[in-house]
Amino acid sequence: MIKTLAAQIKEFKRESVLTPFFMVLEVLFETLIPFLMASIIDDGVETGNMRHIYIVGALMILMALAGLFCGIMGGKYGARASTGFARNLRQAMFENIQTFSFANLDKFSTAGLVTRLTTDVTNIQMAYQMLLRMCFRAPISMICAMGMAFFINGRLASVYLVAVILLAVVLAFLIKRAMKYFQMAFPKYDELNASVQENVSAIRVVKAYVREDYETGKFKKASQGIYDIFLKAEKNVVLNMPIMQLTVYSCILLISWMGAKMIVQDTLKTGELMSLLAYCMNILMNLMMISMIFVMMSMSVASARRVSEVLNEKSSLVNPPEPLYQVPNGEIEFKNVEFSYYGSREKAVLHDINLKIGAGETIGIIGGTGSAKTSMVNLISRLYDVTEGSVMVGGHDVREYDMESLRNQVAVVLQKNVLFSGTILENLRWGSADATEEECRRACRLACADEFIEKMPDGYNTYIEQGGTNVSGGQKQRLCIARALLKKPKVLILDDSTSAVDTATDAKIRRAFAREIPDTTKLIIAQRVSSVEHADRIIVMDNGRIDGFGTHEELLANNKIYREVYESQTGGGDFDEKAGEA
Amino acid sequence: MPGPMGRMPRGVKIENPGKIFKRLMKYVAKNYGAHLAVVAVLIFISVLANVQGTMFIQRLIDDYIAPMLVSDTPDFGPLAGAILRVAGFYAVGVAAAYAYNRIMINVTQGTLRNVRDDLFSHMQTLPVKYFDTHSHGDIMSVYTNDADTLRQMISQSMPQIFNSAITIVSVFASMLVLSVPLTVVTLMMVAVMLLATRKVAGLSSRYFLQQQKDLGVVNGFIEEMMNGQKVVKVFCHEEANIDRFRELNDNLYHSADKANYLVNIVGPVNAQLGNVSYVVCAIVGGVLALSGISGLTLGKLASFLTFNKSFNMPINQVSQQFNSIVMAMAGAERIFKMMDEARETDNGYVTLVHVKEENGRLVESPQRTGRWAWRHEHQADHSVDYVELKGGVVFDGVDFGYTDDKMVLHDVRLYAEPGQKIAFVGSTGAGKTTITNLINRFYDIQDGKIRYDGINVNKIKKADLRRSLGIVLQDTHLFTGTVADNIRYGKLDASDEEVTAAARLANADGFIRLLPQGYDTVLTGDGANLSQGQRQLLAIARAAIADPPVLILDEATSSIDTRTESIVQDGMDKLMKGRTTFVIAHRLSTVKNSDCIMVLEQGRIIERGTHEQLLEQKGRYYQLYTGNAIAT
Repeated sequence: MIKTLAAQIKEFKRESVLTPFFMVLEVLFETLIPFLMASIIDDGVETGNMRHIYIVGALMILMALAGLFCGIMGGKYGARASTGFARNLRQAMFENIQTFSFANLDKFSTAGLVTRLTTDVTNIQMAYQMLLRMCFRAPISMICAMGMAFFINGRLASVYLVAVILLAVVLAFLIKRAMKYFQMAFPKYDELNASVQENVSAIRVVKAYVREDYETGKFKKASQGIYDIFLKAEKNVVLNMPIMQLTVYSCILLISWMGAKMIVQDTLKTGELMSLLAYCMNILMNLMMISMIFVMMSMSVASARRVSEVLNEKSSLVNPPEPLYQVPNGEIEFKNVEFSYYGSREKAVLHDINLKIGAGETIGIIGGTGSAKTSMVNLISRLYDVTEGSVMVGGHDVREYDMESLRNQVAVVLQKNVLFSGTILENLRWGSADATEEECRRACRLACADEFIEKMPDGYNTYIEQGGTNVSGGQKQRLCIARALLKKPKVLILDDSTSAVDTATDAKIRRAFAREIPDTTKLIIAQRVSSVEHADRIIVMDNGRIDGFGTHEELLANNKIYREVYESQTGGGDFDEKAGEA
Repeated sequence: MPGPMGRMPRGVKIENPGKIFKRLMKYVAKNYGAHLAVVAVLIFISVLANVQGTMFIQRLIDDYIAPMLVSDTPDFGPLAGAILRVAGFYAVGVAAAYAYNRIMINVTQGTLRNVRDDLFSHMQTLPVKYFDTHSHGDIMSVYTNDADTLRQMISQSMPQIFNSAITIVSVFASMLVLSVPLTVVTLMMVAVMLLATRKVAGLSSRYFLQQQKDLGVVNGFIEEMMNGQKVVKVFCHEEANIDRFRELNDNLYHSADKANYLVNIVGPVNAQLGNVSYVVCAIVGGVLALSGISGLTLGKLASFLTFNKSFNMPINQVSQQFNSIVMAMAGAERIFKMMDEARETDNGYVTLVHVKEENGRLVESPQRTGRWAWRHEHQADHSVDYVELKGGVVFDGVDFGYTDDKMVLHDVRLYAEPGQKIAFVGSTGAGKTTITNLINRFYDIQDGKIRYDGINVNKIKKADLRRSLGIVLQDTHLFTGTVADNIRYGKLDASDEEVTAAARLANADGFIRLLPQGYDTVLTGDGANLSQGQRQLLAIARAAIADPPVLILDEATSSIDTRTESIVQDGMDKLMKGRTTFVIAHRLSTVKNSDCIMVLEQGRIIERGTHEQLLEQKGRYYQLYTGNAIAT
């Protein structure tokens, strides 16, 4: 995990080394300065030696300047190293995600990927900066101060050593206990946020049933639960400060007492006692800092693990060594195909699929939810690999093609489709980056999208909001079809892509396809019989198997499922009518 | 960035931070005023104890050690006494420090809980329009990110600032006592420090806000692309995506680098300026002491120098809190903005009550009687009328638009007798759903009148109005909880028998029994473990248990397969029996036996009548029905 992450430091190695270097230098000056401060008092002020004050004062200012320089450099490199590291992590993850296959994507949820790219990276960035700036500084500062203390007086300094060990043990114990509660609290916190989300999206139901007070009551209970558990966690954390103070104060008093005795016995100078007392704060503060670093680090371990999971994920699909770049034609053949999302024959969703579809044919696919229609067509553009058997396009196994070329020539309009923020033209040009406006218009005409686009105030330059929220479902579907058409594909797959389009427009699109792109093989998945009944042939899917394959008339005569569906839908079909929308 | 951003980047500028700060303090003090007062006293005690200790160290040499050095028989008695006394002070100080830190947890966590609770309960009172016009992500972010910035501020910045302020004041007083001229010198150096801090902090907060903005853009892009990742794959758009991301990511890196750099150097700059201050004081003090001008002794100078050091430290600490305060103010601003959102207005005074009939008159009854009536207290003479709840709905010349400049419904008239079934047919955007949004007053109409059992709906209390209406929406929403809980949502005190009866009516009983824990199966993530059809059935059962006289049904979507659909349909049919029903129809079977069918187009009712009448007209309905519609 650490190795995976460390590999992303890349060009910021220099900064990553310079930061602790300057921080350590700063510490050295910081440790020396109290020494000089003591000297000003002992040898300057006490004896009235102005010359000494001037010399040491000048030296101190020089050191302060040097310290300032180191501090600024440390801050600069620390910022650069950590933000640069974060940038590289984000970039590397994003680039790796781009290589993910559908199977990889299914493994991580969308929300999970977003959190990894955002919150988790930020956590790591903060932890890394802490690590560079403090992780060396604090221990070294502590060791330096301790060293100086021992240098001044070993006997007195051993008081610190005892205190440090004692404090370390107590802090470790407290942190461990607090962490336990924190780890309990975070999932609860997520739950609470999930419940807010639930409430916001279901607000119409809440209001319709007048359940505002009920919801508030439910929320308050969960909110109180979080309060309780955070209280428990913080109760432990809050002990840190007083315990630390207790140790510092005890040390001060102990040293004062012992120091006084030694001064009287003339084994210690007064200035030395002052320095020792100054180091006291230094040593214990640094210990505190180390404990904080520890807390931060352990909290970011989870983030680090999640990020490295994404970085280490290898795409489950790879290009063949000598790929084919051209799909000769739109012929499709399934040979003894078995497919499972888990890669084994158990839990297979497709069984024993054998099909042959000629180039230019229009094929309808119909079947209940869960009958694996989508799973079957996803194999054609190699969004997933078959578990057994093979899928051929244009006479070659899909695994022989370059994936990008294959997908450009086998266009899929996904069931869960999205438009991206940008103008309509920009969205269309996803299909073909250098499509002219005329080509875009033509594709929209085919997909019957031209009518509503032209009615929009900015026409083809209308800005689509993120997620396509400013166009209706039917409009979105037609834009997605147009976008796919721009690829000029050999095979076009529509996965329930006209469900929100009215029957008349649906028919119009199909007629346009037959007229304008006769050589493209067209596969149309639909719930409505009317969308498929005019296809050349229709596949009836049931439970991952092909239940029937033939023309409308043949299936009506021979296929029970098809007949049932047909009968339940005839007589005008449905009124899910979406024409005339503007 | 070409074109406008989909979402406004968050937290770019804070207006009037002083006002927000004051309001935040008031908010915290509202519930924890006494706590805060105690905390203030405790901090004061803890600081005093600390100062006491510092003073002791000053005097340690002059008052205790020096006399012993000149005496032949050193007496450790006074020192021992002093140490014990200081130990006592320290003990009190430590106790106070613990106490105030401990109280602050309650204040912090309690305030956060109050913020959450207030936000949530206020959110429940907001009109549906608020949720329709605000992105859910932005609403969520108020609960998470913005509340988080407050935690930082209340738990750390506030006590720190207060602590530092007291330290500064007490140390300042001590310094004044020791030497006025040196205090002036120290103050001058502090002014330099503050100036430097302001300069750096000003710059850094600018970059900080820029960083937040860039972060917002990067996060927005990530969210969009992760959601569309499968489409990206299908269109082989990976390379273009990577390039775009690199650009945004680099922007973020540059602003984050600068922001962090500036934050990082505030500490060292102030620390070293503090050291310079020390040296300057030593030199000035040395000159003064040796010349004997201002009565400054060398011993006092030594003490003063230590004070100088403890004066600079809190100033440095406060200056480091600057950014977390800026962020908290931005967060607080958004939190208060949501708390200030106008509630859903409700001027209704007609309420829904249980009634029974006595001597041919309706009389209010405290118990459930199965009969309901509208209690209408006339505003003119305070006489009370009871109108039995029957479910008659009349729209008279209703105009409506979600915004005033764009009407979506024009002059809608409709008349539904109790028990009738009214179907709406028409394209998306024709205004079908909008009509149902008006009956239960999710939105208020611009012109015209809606009457419910003869009463203007504006006069009916919203809660009572909605209680009398059952609604099944096209997008089903279920809540985390058991299946039974979800059905019981329609009637909180329903018995187990009632729950099963409702489920049976809705055809949901069958599949529920097949679930691993039956009615006690826990649903999460909006019923993610159920199919769309099953979720729809639960929504129907939920409406059934509420047993409302009027029903509004938005039929199932096209993504349910035909077999499931007929089960859902059957459930709906059973539910509709004997109730006034408004149904947004997608299916022929629903429409055919309606008492009246309304064909909507572009916000107007263009045809109305029974199935047979409309077929005869050979208009739009006929076209839809026969599937020969010509797209307009």
